Formats: sequence, structure tokens, C-alpha cells
Amino acid sequence: MIGAGKAKQYANVVEKPLSKGKQEVSLSAFALLFSELVQYNQTQVDNIAELERRLEDAGYAVGARVLELLCHRDKGNRRETRLLGILSFVHSTVWKVLFGKVADSLEKGTEHEDEYMISEKELLVNRFISVPKDMGTFNCGAFAAGIVRGVLDGAGFPAVVTAHFVPVEGQLRPRTTILIKFAEEVLRREAKLG
Amino acid sequence: MAPLAPRSGDAVFANVERVNAELFTLTYGAIVRQLLTDLEEVEEVNKQLDQMGYNIGIRLIDEFLAKSNVSRCVDFKETADVIAKVGLKMFLGVTASVTNWDVDGTSCSLVLEDNPLVDFVELPDTCQGLYYCNILSGVIRGALEMVSMKTEVTWVRDMLRGDDAYELRLKLLKQVPEEYPYKDDE
Repeated sequence: MIGAGKAKQYANVVEKPLSKGKQEVSLSAFALLFSELVQYNQTQVDNIAELERRLEDAGYAVGARVLELLCHRDKGNRRETRLLGILSFVHSTVWKVLFGKVADSLEKGTEHEDEYMISEKELLVNRFISVPKDMGTFNCGAFAAGIVRGVLDGAGFPAVVTAHFVPVEGQLRPRTTILIKFAEEVLRREAKLG
Repeated sequence: MAPLAPRSGDAVFANVERVNAELFTLTYGAIVRQLLTDLEEVEEVNKQLDQMGYNIGIRLIDEFLAKSNVSRCVDFKETADVIAKVGLKMFLGVTASVTNWDVDGTSCSLVLEDNPLVDFVELPDTCQGLYYCNILSGVIRGALEMVSMKTEVTWVRDMLRGDDAYELRLKLLKQVPEEYPYKDDE
């Protein structure tokens, strides 16, 4: 028929060739979709902690898939096995693919050995979000934290990942810091590997 | 004479900020999975996706009008064309072809040439009744309602359900006359 779609049919999804990941959609399309995700989840919870947990879960689902996709496409089916390797994979590769840029910084926590921080001056998911006063410390970055946790967990680095606003001097908007606290076993394994 | 509406959204799409389509696709997937877990019934999920799309549509139309340089469409045929060539392009980076007009010119089909929502997706047996892309029909319905057109938008072909294309049926139910003067202070 006239004007039939060009899209090809495949017997199942794994037969379909993997895209190169260069396709784009408008930022507004993503922002509007993300806003619906947040609004919907607001109707499902009684408190901020629960809302953040649900956004984190949604992010986790994204992160787990991103890890699989990137390892397959960009790394010849290999993944990082060392702590610093996986952290820089998240900070550089994952960030670049998802948010179009490398994250602003990756630092080691000064007080605790098991803590690392990825900071972003203006995190994509927080760009069009202003948190109402009555919602306290709520941070939509929980979604990005979930992505990070999904990637790390999938790669065998279980961690607790949280998102926080950190005020920056001389700037109107705070930056978002994603705090990664690795599970004990990860550090033990890392120490053994030397 | 009013300037001719652009026949393609390429220029607009090139000028707006963009994000990787995979982030969009996977985020949408996460939303659908959340809905399936929460609502359990596939029918309810279809409804919720449509509602989310509607919410997006009524906001998105403002940006569309502000950035697309499209002037008022003379008839529904032009409207459908603008959605297919400018609207879809501007937001999703894809286009559609408009076909299968009925004799009155009030309903037609949009056949998507590409669909960024469905990458990596396969419907399991338990979700056969799901209209995975139902958010999109909601968006179009919502956006058109804001420019005085009540429409019904439904999926007639869906490749995730084994069809050979993604086809949306657009039906104009009625043109709502604009009310004037607007009561600003109510």
C-alpha cells in the first residue's frame, strides 16, 4: 500500500540489528515524559522517601539495560571488573551516552573509604524541575541515582546510591551530587585483587 | 498572504536541544513496566498511558506553536499533514505518511516511518492486549483539543502485535468554536 512504513519486521527483538545509538529526540519530549513519570508516581505514594524510592526503581530498570547495551555495543561484550574502572565507566561512557556529556566530576569521599561522588552542575533530569517548599529535600535526581545503581549492581558492584542537592556559592541553583556507597563485599574483593 | 507553513520539521528539529533517543526509549519502558506492576490490568495501563499522553499533549502544543512557525491550518487535511511532517519530527525526530482519507476528509491514518518508543521492546504473552505506544495517541488527542479539535485517536496497526506497520487512525469528531471574549478574570 501507499506510504507503508519503512520499519522492517523481525521474528523477535534479538534478531533486530542493534542501533548505533545516534538517534535523538527533542529534549522537551524527554522532559515532558519524565514529568509524567514523576507526577504519576506522586499519586502512588504518601511521602517523599517513597517517591524517591519509586523514581530510583524506574532508574534502576534503565541502568540495568544501559549496562547490557553498552557492554555489548561499545566494549565487545566485556565489562569493567575493578572499582575505579566501573566508576569511570559510569562517569564517562554511561553519562556521555545518556546525557550527552561526561559528568562534571567524580570524587572519592573524604570521610569514608567506601564512598564516591559524581556531581553535575545541572543534571538533565533536574533541568526543568523546581521542588515545592513543602517537599523538602526531594530530588528528582533519584532517577539518575537509580540508573547508577542499576549499572553498578548489574556489573557486580552492589551499592547504595542517593541523590543530593549541594548549594554552590555564587550560583542560583544547587548542583546535584550522586553519592555512591559500595557494599562491604565490593571493597573486600577490591582489596584482595590488590 | 500568510506565510506558507513549513512542510517539514527538519529545520526546527535541528535547532532544538536534543537528547539521546535511547534514554527516552528506556525511560518510557520503565514507565510502562511500572504501570503494569501497579495497575495489573492491561486495559488500565492502556488508559493510563493515554491519559499521560493527553497531559503531555496539552502542554506540548504551546511549544509547537511557538517554535514551528505553523500558521492556522485551513482544514483537517492540512492539520494531519502538519502533525505528520512537522509535529512528529520536531519532538521525536521521525515523520509519518498520511493515508486512507475517508470521503468527508475527517478521518485518516498516520503511518509512522520510524518509532523511537519501541526499540528493544517485545510484548510477552501476558501483555498481548497492551497498546504499548498508547501515550502517542494521547499526545495527539491532547494537543489537538487545545486548538479546538475534538478527535479520537486509535491504533489500528502495531508491529509489536504482529502487524506490518505502526498506524494511527485520526478521526475528527468536532470543531469546538473558540469562545470570545475570553474571560480572563475568572
